[in-house]
Amino acid sequence: MSNGAMEIKAISGHRGGTPGGGEYRQPDGTTRTGTSRDYDVCKLVDTTTCIGCKACEVACLEWNGYDFRETTFDDTYQTMPDTAWNFWNLIRFNEYENDDGTISWLMRKDQCMHCADPGCLTACPADGAIVQYQNGIVDFNQEHCIGCQYCVTGCPFNIPKFNDVTKKVYKCTLCSDRVGAGLEPACIKSCPTGCLHFGSKEDMLFEANKRVKQLHDNTSYSKAGVYDPEGVGGTHVIYVLHDAENPERYGGLPKNPTVPFMVKMWKGPLKWVGGLAMTFGVLGMFMHYVRYGPKEVHEEKKP
Amino acid sequence: MSGGSLARPTATAVPEGQVLRYTFVERAIHWTNGLAYLYLMLTGLALFTPFFYWMAAVLGGGGTIRYWHPWIGLIYAATIVQMHRMWRSDIKTTDADRQWLKNVEAYAKNEDANMPPQGRFNAGQKQFYWAMFYSMLLLVVTGIVMWFPEYMPRKAHFVLPIIVFLHSAAALVSIAGFLIHVYMSIWMTPGSVKAMTDGYVSRAWAKTHHRLWYEKITGRRS
Repeated sequence: MSNGAMEIKAISGHRGGTPGGGEYRQPDGTTRTGTSRDYDVCKLVDTTTCIGCKACEVACLEWNGYDFRETTFDDTYQTMPDTAWNFWNLIRFNEYENDDGTISWLMRKDQCMHCADPGCLTACPADGAIVQYQNGIVDFNQEHCIGCQYCVTGCPFNIPKFNDVTKKVYKCTLCSDRVGAGLEPACIKSCPTGCLHFGSKEDMLFEANKRVKQLHDNTSYSKAGVYDPEGVGGTHVIYVLHDAENPERYGGLPKNPTVPFMVKMWKGPLKWVGGLAMTFGVLGMFMHYVRYGPKEVHEEKKP
Repeated sequence: MSGGSLARPTATAVPEGQVLRYTFVERAIHWTNGLAYLYLMLTGLALFTPFFYWMAAVLGGGGTIRYWHPWIGLIYAATIVQMHRMWRSDIKTTDADRQWLKNVEAYAKNEDANMPPQGRFNAGQKQFYWAMFYSMLLLVVTGIVMWFPEYMPRKAHFVLPIIVFLHSAAALVSIAGFLIHVYMSIWMTPGSVKAMTDGYVSRAWAKTHHRLWYEKITGRRS
């Protein structure tokens, strides 16, 4: 993980290129910009082997130095209704009644998905508040955060959470501090069943597909599949689901998440149209003055 | 205050050859509104595009402008509401206005002889007024949502992108109005700045630009 992985790939609210970014050489000798698959990191969450023990919830709090929040009892095992500014990793418990009357007890580790095309970063106006590293990690830098919560507007997974006291937004870092030091994320390290895996995106997709094939061949989960949504360019957290056709059953995992259309319009065409209109408007007024000049008032001669 | 060379003209002592165009209250409201708008435009542009984010640092930092922008927005909205109360009768559209708007090209070319005589505000000023009034309404409604998105239930989050888009679009409309307003008052129509600072314009200015208003306040036909 030493060379380039934790270099910044994209940066929020920043004019011009990415500092330290740019072209780099791949092992095969070719150069390219953007993500190199060799540097891509990925978490694989296999929901079919998750037992809902919540060790990852505790490990996340311990590593990131947060106290355990108040929990909410809602007749399920779920710790609280949603992730919070200081609770980034939540196992969602869902009971789904199948067509044959049996119950599927679905558990999903919910956290930031670290999208390859992150809506939070697209929407963020503050220079440097959100960065995307070459290895795919999307990280918030609270010292640059201004608390506007545009990231909340841009996120299709409802991940960024606002702290009303610090007026800043927080979320899972994919343990960028651990990964930068060559360690696996805290949640991965704590998992007792091996349902959590960590490695390169390529390796995790390979593992995930292998597991899906195993489920198809040996179990009745014929709709099992990998969740790596294309609408956000793929994610750096991927799931193996029993039923990949209905991800909503796993506590509201969106079927086809995208950066909201209006966010793209706002940060794309509207920005350009507005900028051009202002520039040419001012130029046009200047030319108007040069061509026609001011409106004269003819003072009356005193009698 | 007794007289003297520095004494300001008052409503009871109109300078020779001039008429009162804006009272002190009108001017105070106008400039409160104008300063608030300037702050809102600069901070808004900083949050709109990275090209202008440096403005955030100039105005106290990103967190600071995030905190003050909504509050100053309330002052801006309140002053427009007050303008609406003050100028309600002056901004009604008339038949002459429709004629004026048809001939607006002649106005832009300074062929003012072709323009129908106008009241206290000409049809272009009224257009500007309504652009700022309606954009303000949209900015306030969307702005209040953007002020406290943390209180928005998850199920309603899908409207947030629409809200921010509308807020930016309304702001751009108002910026277009603002730029034209500044250009026309400072450069295109000499005498306007004086009207909005000491309150007075020359009789000739009033007759040239707002003939019907001039006739109404002086009772003269010219």
